Amino acid sequence: MKYINLALRWLFFAVIIKPIVKIVIGLRYQNEPILPQGGPAVLIANHNSHLDTMVLISLLPLKILHKVQPVAAADYFLKNKFMAWFALNIIGILPIERQGKDKSVNPIEQCAKALDSGKILIFFPEGSRGEPEKMTDLKYGVVKLAERCPQVPFYPIYMHGLGKTLPKGDALFVPFFCDVVFSEPVNYDKSGSAFYEEVKNRFATLQDSIKLPKWD
Amino acid sequence: MLFDFESMRTVTQVFMFLLAGLSIATLVGLALSLFNKKKDYTELKQRINSWWIMIGIFGLALLMGPLVTVLLFAILSFVALKEYFSMTPTRLVDRNVLFWAYLTIPLQYYWVATGWYGMFIIFIPVYTFLFIPFRMVLAGETKNYLRAVGNIHWGLMLTVFTLSHLAYLVMLPSEGEYQSLTMSGDGAALLLFLVVLTQLNDVAQYIWGKILGTTPIAPTISPNKTREGLIGGVITTGILAMILAGLLTPMIWWQGLLVGLGIGIAGFIGDVSLSAIKRDIGIKDSGQLIPGHGGILDRLDSLTFTAPLFFHVMRYFYF
Repeated sequence: MKYINLALRWLFFAVIIKPIVKIVIGLRYQNEPILPQGGPAVLIANHNSHLDTMVLISLLPLKILHKVQPVAAADYFLKNKFMAWFALNIIGILPIERQGKDKSVNPIEQCAKALDSGKILIFFPEGSRGEPEKMTDLKYGVVKLAERCPQVPFYPIYMHGLGKTLPKGDALFVPFFCDVVFSEPVNYDKSGSAFYEEVKNRFATLQDSIKLPKWD
Repeated sequence: MLFDFESMRTVTQVFMFLLAGLSIATLVGLALSLFNKKKDYTELKQRINSWWIMIGIFGLALLMGPLVTVLLFAILSFVALKEYFSMTPTRLVDRNVLFWAYLTIPLQYYWVATGWYGMFIIFIPVYTFLFIPFRMVLAGETKNYLRAVGNIHWGLMLTVFTLSHLAYLVMLPSEGEYQSLTMSGDGAALLLFLVVLTQLNDVAQYIWGKILGTTPIAPTISPNKTREGLIGGVITTGILAMILAGLLTPMIWWQGLLVGLGIGIAGFIGDVSLSAIKRDIGIKDSGQLIPGHGGILDRLDSLTFTAPLFFHVMRYFYF
């Protein structure tokens, strides 16, 4: 069963998601891509749409697809049986308990364990999806994870346009180009607050580099 | 015999010449960049690359017949419209409207493929023009309404209506005859004539501007465009059109010359009008923002003006 699911996951991304992302949406790189060649690594990105995860997975080569795990909220994605199967096996999420739900499992430990086994995590520091094309304040989870795994590089990636294509709470898909900007990886260095500021500044710089009109 | 040059259709012969010319240009470009490492030939290389893509698309169209050509232009329109909507300001409430705007593409190209000329010519300027505001008032948002409605129409006219004329050129000689979809008429030759002249006109204006250009013609929009470049380019295009007219179109030499001059002027206006839009928005290239990588709109800007004009001259006088 495990191999069938792996094959299904590979097919889903190779045949459905990649063509949709590359042709129907269309990616435009604003600079040369800076991406991990293998694990352990964490991709951190802004979060406006369900498509974010799909685009980030599509950026990576298919041959390392089996290592990629988007970190996602268990209570949202494991609502019912089918959704749970799809999220766990096809999208390949790492389900974590949001704070305050269940104190017995520590979400940071869950992520650290995956990184220890060489996974590439997709992590949205803002937490949940924000308003279209706006970034909310970063939560502190990203700092805790970096502190726990100081040797793992964090790759900031900023995506513009997906919040227009498929915003939160809307099911109508309207294609817009997705502009992607990459940044050099950040490592945990001296202190948590320094890392937090560094990530925040990176995203501010990335956001400013996109010279496209805002959505109103 | 794979290459029996004599028995080929004229359009294929001209296509072969183009292929040879482009291969030479590519080699010259390579040689230049090898021998002259100080100069930057990125722009030249990009132009040559986009020419190869155009030639490739055209070769496909020649081989596969009109239906594939129509499909290719539909895809081209889709990418161009997406680029347009991505770079211009749009409103969140208009998402539904933009979805309808995309849906005009399959419809418009369906009219082309079936050769329904009347519908093809009024569908966007009349029916879509009336439908879009109707759908927008249902949403009920009045802030920036005029800007939004104008923007959507402008985009549809520019990327769907004008570019679909390119596809209709291929259908012209067999207008309304559905069986033509299985065989290439000489509509392909008309398309080749227009695309080659429009693109060469861009190149000619650029080169003449580099050699003689002193007087800026639209300093606030495109500081690099000069009066000398425009005049030189238009004359060059006119002469080229005069030579090609007898080969690819029903025109005789002096008609070709007139049409060529028209293509030169219209191409210039198309180019500058898109530059004006980009100035207004505050971006230079509409495509990838890696310096010098233009988008598809940058490659098609001149064609958006030359296509409908050339098409109607052809249809009115010759078909």
